[in-house]
Amino acid sequence: MTDASHRDTWRRHTQRQGLTIWLAWLGLVALTVWCWQIMTRDTIWFFVTDAPTQAADIGSRMWPPRLSYLPELLWPLWDTLNMATLGTMLGILMAVPVAFLAARNTTPSALVLRPAALFVIVASRSINSLIWALLLVAIMGPGLLAGVIAIGLRSVGFIGKLLYEAIEEVDSVPVEAVIATGAGRAQVLDYAIVPQVLPAFWGISVFRWDINIRESAILGLVGAGGLGLKLQSSLNVLAWPQVTMILLVILATVVVSEWVSARVRKAII
Amino acid sequence: MLELNSLQKTYRTGDKALNDVTLSVPEGQIVGLIGPSGAGKSTLIRCINRLVEPTSGSITLSGRPITGLGHRELRAMRRRIGMIFQEYALVERLTVMENVLSGRLGYVGFWTSFTRRYGADDISRAYHLLDRVGLMDHADKRADALSGGQRQRVGIARALAQEPELLLVDEPTASLDPKTSRQIMRLLTGICAEHGLPAIVNIHDVPLAQQFMQRIVGLRAGQIVFDGAPSALTEDVLSEIYGAEDWHAMRRGAEEDRAAEADSVAHLERIGA
Amino acid sequence: MNGYPATWKRPPQIFTHRGWRIGLQTGFAVWLVLALATLDPNWARIVEGWERGLRFAGGFLQPDFTSRWSDISKGLVESLTMTLTSTVAGIVISVPIGVGAARNIAPRAVYLVCRSIIALSRALQEIIIAIFFVAMFGFGPFAGFLTLSFATIGFLSKLLAEDIEDIDEAQAEAIRATGASWLQMINYAIQPQVMPRLIGLSLYRLDINFRESAVIGIVGAGGIGATLNTAIDRYEYDSAGAILLLIIALVMVTEYGSSYLRKFLQ
Repeated sequence: MTDASHRDTWRRHTQRQGLTIWLAWLGLVALTVWCWQIMTRDTIWFFVTDAPTQAADIGSRMWPPRLSYLPELLWPLWDTLNMATLGTMLGILMAVPVAFLAARNTTPSALVLRPAALFVIVASRSINSLIWALLLVAIMGPGLLAGVIAIGLRSVGFIGKLLYEAIEEVDSVPVEAVIATGAGRAQVLDYAIVPQVLPAFWGISVFRWDINIRESAILGLVGAGGLGLKLQSSLNVLAWPQVTMILLVILATVVVSEWVSARVRKAII
Repeated sequence: MLELNSLQKTYRTGDKALNDVTLSVPEGQIVGLIGPSGAGKSTLIRCINRLVEPTSGSITLSGRPITGLGHRELRAMRRRIGMIFQEYALVERLTVMENVLSGRLGYVGFWTSFTRRYGADDISRAYHLLDRVGLMDHADKRADALSGGQRQRVGIARALAQEPELLLVDEPTASLDPKTSRQIMRLLTGICAEHGLPAIVNIHDVPLAQQFMQRIVGLRAGQIVFDGAPSALTEDVLSEIYGAEDWHAMRRGAEEDRAAEADSVAHLERIGA
Repeated sequence: MNGYPATWKRPPQIFTHRGWRIGLQTGFAVWLVLALATLDPNWARIVEGWERGLRFAGGFLQPDFTSRWSDISKGLVESLTMTLTSTVAGIVISVPIGVGAARNIAPRAVYLVCRSIIALSRALQEIIIAIFFVAMFGFGPFAGFLTLSFATIGFLSKLLAEDIEDIDEAQAEAIRATGASWLQMINYAIQPQVMPRLIGLSLYRLDINFRESAVIGIVGAGGIGATLNTAIDRYEYDSAGAILLLIIALVMVTEYGSSYLRKFLQ
């Protein structure tokens, strides 16, 4: 080893790189602190310091849950499950054509329909189902139907996005082979593309159904029926033991639906 | 009779894949297309059924032009040209029967194909073809449950279900072991002989081509550099097609395959291919 | 053609037993009828609402940004600041919890505690958490900040823990063999392997937090959701349309921005 190649310092980054990284971190910290100050400008700190007392108070009121309330929750639970399932089905019905329009390899017009389909997907994904429900309840009145449509509208973007990505990923070789037999466009979809995306389709649908069970449980907060409606009325009268009971029912439903969805997805893959 | 007249294909990238290719294939002839990868073999075959759109030149099949057809006529033309692929190109999640029946897609309407209610003729023809390629018992299996050789047999049955006037075969044995390769080639050439069906076969394996083809066309950089009988393929010609170094490397690989060939004969008798 | 069958039926792929198939199909049909029956739409109300729906659609096409701009901008600022601070706080807390919840490197007791925190955070909807935080901390974005931070912990810690559990054991082994301490092992063997994905997930969560910040305002936790709720309550559909368009635009910006950043950082 010659002296010239022998260095006794080593750094992972060059000085310039190190400086950039350091500045980026500094900027992030400064931005966070700045945001924090703006955000807490109107915070009443008395409430914050008082929070442990409040928490203890609510906690003591919530326990034990009111078990006798359970029978009253069965019908809303049934409504919630229906809302999630019908909403998912509605979402699928709308999402499938949107996905085929949005996928680069199946869209009939890349200049007009594809951007339109992509916009539908983004719009639906940006807006939470609770906001959709809020709007729909204002328009068509409270009830399950508003909830079903809200769930459906939110699911379009989710299912549409994942499905169109799956469509874009299909193996193009069988597609070419089916085209070579002289098949028409619809036949190519039916024979070469649909069989390839079917497993993904079922996986995505069940995954969304699982999410929709969670979401439909709270849509009642804005008047769309189901368990959320009971939650809202219990909160209004500060019936905390009932709130606990409702939360337990929601929790149990979520656990079960997650288990079902995991089982189904495992069976598909 | 298939005729290609000064066919040219330039890709958008500027790659000249085919340069002034003129070729005619008479009824019942099996032509092997050899050449190094990138020589334009795959492009040539795909220009014939217009999976790749030729830049200029003309193609006619039995006197009818293929270039310049509209969408509907192109579909009608494609169903008369069967194609067999390197990676079998089956739809793996469909049953073997559906894959074979998909050869009829150009003949039936969407509703028939969607409901899988094919006519009695189509179905008994499909069974007949499955029997011919030795897969009678596999009709209801899913295509992904088959071995490589079996999948390629389904691919052949699908192409034949079209009742083609011409077969385009793209590297039919590239994904198969040497023994299965020979079985498939024997089956393919046997079927072509039975029906007097002309075929163009892309093939990278020169000994295999010499053994099974009636005529060989050598392609290099998009141009035909050899056209003649397999026996006329001398070392010099092959060096010209492949470049000297590549050719010697290829020949060594071929020796190993020869051992497998001897092995396969006995097996072939048994399945009657 | 002689001798060959002339009919073929596609064999069923999933439920191969006939009884099962018929049972499931009837069950589904019965459920569908019952479920649709419970919908019980109030047609009179829907007809009445039709005109309102059209007005809303009109509001979407001709959004009104100006007349409620001060409310809108206040809501947006709350949402954006809430999003950033809660994501940062969430990351800072979820890294130790995520490390603790990785079975391969954490002691059993720590593992169980961290996993329960994650389970608790994931089990409850953001909106339900928000209700509680509002009850405890009062109305406003501070409750929203806490809600989103709490939800971020469940999301990030779980994925981080799974990532750590999936790492290449050989690298950790090699570093351990040099005589490194536990912290050095984390720093040299684990961090380089999970860092890129952690950054990606954090940016993704930033995106989710913004969307959620638009919702929790409905129960009083501040942000643009509160403004939207007020606009809808007042039937000011042109302002509501403007807010929704802003949300969509900002979501698009955060989504493209975060995917760009992810690509840039990797």
